[in-house]
Amino acid sequence: MLKEENKIFKNLYNNHGWELEKAIERDDWKNTKEIISKGKEWIINEIKISELRGRGGAGFSTGMKWSFAPKKVGSRPHYLVINADESEPGTCKDRDILRFEPQKLIEGCLIAGFAVGAHVCYIYIRGEYSFEGQRLQDAINQAYKKNFLGKNACGSGWDFDIHIHYGAGAYICGEETALLESIEGNKGQPRLKPPFPALVGLYGCPTIVNNVETIAVVPTILRRGGKWFASLGRPKNTGTKIFCISGNVNSPCNVEEEMGIPLKELINTYAGGVVGGWENLQAVIPGGSSMPLLPKKICETIKMDFDSLIENKSGLGTAGIVVINKDQDIVSCMARIARFYKHESCGQCTPCREGSGWMWRILNRATKGETTLSDIDLLDDVTKQIEGHTICAFGEGSAWPVQGLLRHFRKEIDKKCSNDPLIKKKKDVPYLVDQHLLEKKNA
Amino acid sequence: MPKININGKEIEFEPGMTILQACEIAGAEIPRFCYHERLSIAGNCRMCLVEMDKSRKPIASCAMPAAEGMNIKTNTEMVEKARKGVMEFLLANHPLDCPVCDQGGECDLQDQSLYYGVDKSRFSENKRYVSEKYMGPLIKTQMTRCIHCTRCVRFATEVAGVPEIGAIGRGENMEITTYLEKSMESELSGNVIDLCPVGALTSKPYAFSARPWELKKTESIDVLDAVGSNIRVDTYGWEVKRILPRLNEDINEEWISDKTRYSCDGLLKQRLDTPYIKKNNKLIKCSWDEALDVIIKKLNETEISNIAGHMGDLVSLETTLAFKKFFELLGSKNLEFREKKFYINSEDKMNYLFNSSINGIEKSDLILLVGCNPRHEATILNARIRKAFKNNKTPIFSVGNPGDQTYEYKIIGDNTQTIKDIIEEKHEFNEVFNTAKKPLIIIGESALELNSGGFIFEELKNFLYQKKLINEKWNALNILIQNASTVGALDLKIHIKDKNNYEFFDNIENNKFKLLYLLNSDNLKFEKNDEFVIYQGSHGDRGAEIADVILPSAAYTEENGLYQNLEGRVQECRKASYPAGEALESWKVLNKLTNAYKNKNLFNSFNTLRNEALEKVVNFESLNKLPKYKNPSKKVNNNFKNENIHINPIDYYFSNSISRASKVMSECRDIKIKYQKSGTNN
Repeated sequence: MLKEENKIFKNLYNNHGWELEKAIERDDWKNTKEIISKGKEWIINEIKISELRGRGGAGFSTGMKWSFAPKKVGSRPHYLVINADESEPGTCKDRDILRFEPQKLIEGCLIAGFAVGAHVCYIYIRGEYSFEGQRLQDAINQAYKKNFLGKNACGSGWDFDIHIHYGAGAYICGEETALLESIEGNKGQPRLKPPFPALVGLYGCPTIVNNVETIAVVPTILRRGGKWFASLGRPKNTGTKIFCISGNVNSPCNVEEEMGIPLKELINTYAGGVVGGWENLQAVIPGGSSMPLLPKKICETIKMDFDSLIENKSGLGTAGIVVINKDQDIVSCMARIARFYKHESCGQCTPCREGSGWMWRILNRATKGETTLSDIDLLDDVTKQIEGHTICAFGEGSAWPVQGLLRHFRKEIDKKCSNDPLIKKKKDVPYLVDQHLLEKKNA
Repeated sequence: MPKININGKEIEFEPGMTILQACEIAGAEIPRFCYHERLSIAGNCRMCLVEMDKSRKPIASCAMPAAEGMNIKTNTEMVEKARKGVMEFLLANHPLDCPVCDQGGECDLQDQSLYYGVDKSRFSENKRYVSEKYMGPLIKTQMTRCIHCTRCVRFATEVAGVPEIGAIGRGENMEITTYLEKSMESELSGNVIDLCPVGALTSKPYAFSARPWELKKTESIDVLDAVGSNIRVDTYGWEVKRILPRLNEDINEEWISDKTRYSCDGLLKQRLDTPYIKKNNKLIKCSWDEALDVIIKKLNETEISNIAGHMGDLVSLETTLAFKKFFELLGSKNLEFREKKFYINSEDKMNYLFNSSINGIEKSDLILLVGCNPRHEATILNARIRKAFKNNKTPIFSVGNPGDQTYEYKIIGDNTQTIKDIIEEKHEFNEVFNTAKKPLIIIGESALELNSGGFIFEELKNFLYQKKLINEKWNALNILIQNASTVGALDLKIHIKDKNNYEFFDNIENNKFKLLYLLNSDNLKFEKNDEFVIYQGSHGDRGAEIADVILPSAAYTEENGLYQNLEGRVQECRKASYPAGEALESWKVLNKLTNAYKNKNLFNSFNTLRNEALEKVVNFESLNKLPKYKNPSKKVNNNFKNENIHINPIDYYFSNSISRASKVMSECRDIKIKYQKSGTNN
């Protein structure tokens, strides 16, 4: 269990007030100037020491990402872009940071912007977060008033401006290159990589794109030292993380905890346990809807960090934990998720455009019991034909939940297959022949 | 050069190549739909996935730049599975209505599914239906077949310069449309049909009229403008069913204009298939002998100096020569090819050529348009200017306002004084011009038509020569000729050379000519009084209307012939079909007439005629090549007059007799006029 003193987001529940003055009381903006005066190298190095991994889903090393930005600013300016397009179902961590800890984000933006050589930062907020966007704007205005932003921000000698850009509610705009397209005013469709945004990003300039939570923890790490952050959790999976627990739990909540905390402890301690008791647990989606679900057996022992979830063929993703108890029909849950992905596919590349709808249709039939056993094999094939063949990670995101379902709940779904397949017994008989007619009693 | 390993084969590649291009060098075929050499890379069809060492996932070879030491495999199980998977997805919502699809037989999806797909469909859901979109009279849509490769979208935005096609909707509901469902306002719109890898965009005029394997294909060239685009003429029996572009990197790359492509239905309409004689103000069908008798009688009656000949815009080099020989035989010098009075100095060949060459446009670093509208006068050439503008950011300036050219340009003046200032180095444009290493000046016929046309041309030429911009390596002087026959006619000296250059026009105005022989000439504007008009041509158009005798001859798809394009390239137009009815090849008509008149041949065979014509081509290098460079001769002085440069509008879809006979072209023209009236045209 995380000690109170080690918590980064002390105002996660807005017990202390979000305003700048209150934030300063919580040590925000404390010696920011000194941190910046230590230089880019020191900042990036300290982040590398902390082993901070991106909180947006992919878990890429943040220090490494920052070091990809060209060391010297050439003819093209650098940009910092904050991804606040938090649309992953089951995830609401960024929302509380935007509402209750905006100064942590703003301070993080300044430091990160300085570290990557950016004078301008865009915060891309999903369109539905209009209240959160206004709150953030208020916070930015307060920071400007105190000269924490703008020319010579915070007395550091670095000019820094933050602009908010509202999205229009497309899930795909959370993908970093689609997000850049969207800021540029184009249709939100992911770009081809390479080139990566660190070299050719927003308006063709070097751009670093980070998640809200990643940036918001940066000032505290630098203030308390990378080693402190690295001492939490276990190697390569360090620090604290906001977990969003929702679904069939007694009290859904956001909670900041140490990386690697057992899932069972997390649910029982903070979320008031599974509705109907732990024994009533059916499955848990550990990292937002695009991660494969885990059955109860694995949930007993699993630790919530990047690597142990990958070992169990799932992922930490955004740490949006969705608890599904035995009252739910797991197939229809997954069909609903598949419908979401079908609806949110951008339509740019073939596998995802055609495959996401196909998966949803099969699953939809499966919930009604209108599938055959061969349909389920086909479904498995479809997920594998999408996975790895798409431009962006959305393809995996839509295929993995279905794969998870097939991996762990094959029996449940097979039970629902009541349709009689035309081809059943002999494999060597051509598929066009209705085999049941070959039998004497049917002839 | 860096090396890359493809299927165990080490090959060298040029830096900047993609893996797909490297694989092509290595001979490993990669299926693709969205990738096209001349368009930007979209990488969205995912058909070109290949395996790369150290990569967990297969990579899209069209988008990934090749790098030293990469190890690529295109024949592994992983690649095969990926291709099969993508193919299955593409076919999932594709209607598979090949038997009723016009693309059948030349469909990329059909071909590639045969090689890379699976043999049966596992998709048992309902297929998606997409409503058809109206894209004008040229493009037929069946959007259910669309595989969203976005080639058409990229073509419209990048090459055609009219961002009027785009994708709306998301995911499965993504649809390609022209947004407001109006016709595409581009002269290059037909090319999206060739680009479409499936049957979503097909040719409306050609719809359901033939299958590709039934057609006879003839490689030829286009003569409806002076660019000389390379085309393929597809015929079914006598009928020309369609015209497609042929690759020629030097001229049209692989695009052709809508006029080139869709005028072919004009070859079936309004044809002159038998000789006519005018009796009692009515044209009456007659035999060749009757028609020739009337002509010979008239030729004998008329004084030689009162006989004149005018040749039109579609005449081949051989026919031009035969025409000249015929007039030499008569003893008359009254020959002309120009349709309007415009200044031309036929002393040097460079005086009437696009000397920088079409490829040169991409090399230039500044373009100045003087009184020309390349978009309508030479559409394919304009596509090159746009390419230079887009890829090299070549700055473009214009004297005179040519209207929307699909690229940005700056108007630096609209009168001849501007040009005088430039020549005298008094204009602010000179500063920009002097910094350019390879500038390019394009002078249009509208500028040459002015009273000071001679001044503009001669002084600009002198100006460039003084600046050493006319030499063997770079020639900045360019004349934008509009007709396919013009360069050939100038080489063969089909116009009277005199002081004021316009004797023919003066004489015709003064009604001096009593017998006028119109060789395929429909665009000459004059008042007909008591002239006896012989019209030889293929279409019942303006020339035939005023004719007293009509001699039917072949259109350009029906006879062999050489044409010189505006760069001076001699190219061969080949016979794809047969002249209509009793019509004969143009040169045969002239030979037949001479035979009847003087009882001898004008020439012995077509080959001797062709060889003689080629000998007369000035600075001739070889077929399909640019002419040799020769230093310019002395400057001719001309008077200056300050005038406004007004660029004569061109009735693009109606500029020659074949287009005027075409129903498709008139539909296009009607739509354009409608837009202009409604004010939605910019």
